[in-house]
Amino acid sequence: MSGWLICLQGIVGREVLRFLHQRSRFLGALVRPLIWLVVFAAGFRAALGVAIIPPYETYITYEVYILPGLVGMIQLFNGMQSSLSMVYDREMGSMRMVLTSPLPRWYLLLCKLVAGVAVSILQVYAFLAIATAFGLDVPLMGALTVLPALVLNGLMLGALGMVLGSHIRQLENFAGVMNFVVFPLFFLSSALYPLYKMRESSEVLYVLCQLNPFTHGVEVIRFALYGQVNPLAGGVVVAVTAALMGLALWGYRPERAIMRKRAAAE
Amino acid sequence: MTIALDINRVSYSYGSRMALDDVSFTVDAGRFTALLGPNGAGKSTLFALATRLLSIPEGSISVFGADLARTPGVALRRMGIVFQQPTLDLDLSVAQNLRYFASLHGIGRREADRRMEAELSRLDMAERAGEKVRALNGGHRRRAEIARALLHRPSLLLLDEPTVGLDLPTRRRLIDHVHALCRDEGIAALWATHLIDEIDTTRDAVVILHQGRVRAAGTAAAVMGPVSLDQAFNTLTGAAE
Repeated sequence: MSGWLICLQGIVGREVLRFLHQRSRFLGALVRPLIWLVVFAAGFRAALGVAIIPPYETYITYEVYILPGLVGMIQLFNGMQSSLSMVYDREMGSMRMVLTSPLPRWYLLLCKLVAGVAVSILQVYAFLAIATAFGLDVPLMGALTVLPALVLNGLMLGALGMVLGSHIRQLENFAGVMNFVVFPLFFLSSALYPLYKMRESSEVLYVLCQLNPFTHGVEVIRFALYGQVNPLAGGVVVAVTAALMGLALWGYRPERAIMRKRAAAE
Repeated sequence: MTIALDINRVSYSYGSRMALDDVSFTVDAGRFTALLGPNGAGKSTLFALATRLLSIPEGSISVFGADLARTPGVALRRMGIVFQQPTLDLDLSVAQNLRYFASLHGIGRREADRRMEAELSRLDMAERAGEKVRALNGGHRRRAEIARALLHRPSLLLLDEPTVGLDLPTRRRLIDHVHALCRDEGIAALWATHLIDEIDTTRDAVVILHQGRVRAAGTAAAVMGPVSLDQAFNTLTGAAE
């Protein structure tokens, strides 16, 4: 195996290991969407009727509708958790060891990104298994066809987390990310309600939802779960992923963290 | 003698504050070189530059002739690093930490395990390989970091105040180990410290850094002259006044 692949394997393995060691993180990652699925969906099932919209070919229950949104939610939170992990690594100094590897810096950051995606995919499959156990009809083939969509969406959200992680000074500032990034991205998307419903109540909110890349990430997952491709959503996610990855790799400056520490020490 | 590390006219500033001012010195292969300076002398900044954590705005740094800015991969491959701040993952075991580091250098698991066993054994740490780092004391953590820094068989070892917070016997043991690496394996070591008693004045080289400038460089005997290293250091850094 080449040194580059060994490095990728090592970084992915370490992130997965860290994730498995942090049982509360594992539980948190699963409990959050399950509460939405079991409690929230039960409450809204009666109130929210979903018309037949692609990729569905018949009427569906609200639980079925929000399933792709909750999968997206898992990846969204994980993307942010990865940026938290980067801040943690920076504060703990272990990021220094990564950066002193002889491999190019862009490649090391790409490995970190892929590692985050791998962890998010683990979480998604655990969630899908539990959702199936709760009686939700998850298409068997869909569990396979959704994989490329998960990789794509995971890369987009991981790159977003990386861009944020490069600019977050300390772990304490992470609460702001939840309020100003995660919640708007999640609620202004098609994760919980079809966009035609949003349009019925507000044209402005509808446009905002359309502009939200997370909406397209959720749609990519939704279509992929039924073995279909949504070209518009896919195109948007690919373009945004490329832009965010470029920004993340370009914007990563370990100097900033060192200088901040120096400034704080003086 | 082969030059392992060549610091050539390096300057660096944090905003308006000059941290390093036209710093030049060399570290010879197979020699233990102490980078001696009081707190705030610029030692950690120099380490951050030499390990490419900071980019070099002025001057150049090369490792066995490989320019760090132009061929970082070649230079970093020959360098083993122990940072002042611990960089082990506390939630992973010693072995997991070392394997992870080996993978960053492209070393596969089987080879990594072989080298890890050898390095940990030399530091009497083999039986601790399976323990979580969180459960280790400061001395054992440092030993694990030194073992880790040697996994990819570097020719140059950079250690930034590696004995901070350790008791005297542990300090002594680490210093002796690194001296043995220089003597027996021809590894060059740059050991940053502000503790003069960590230097063997009969054989080590010394670079005295103060307020970002090199005040003296050479063998400890040459830097000391007729006085003790302690006295020479105090005179050169103004601590005697």
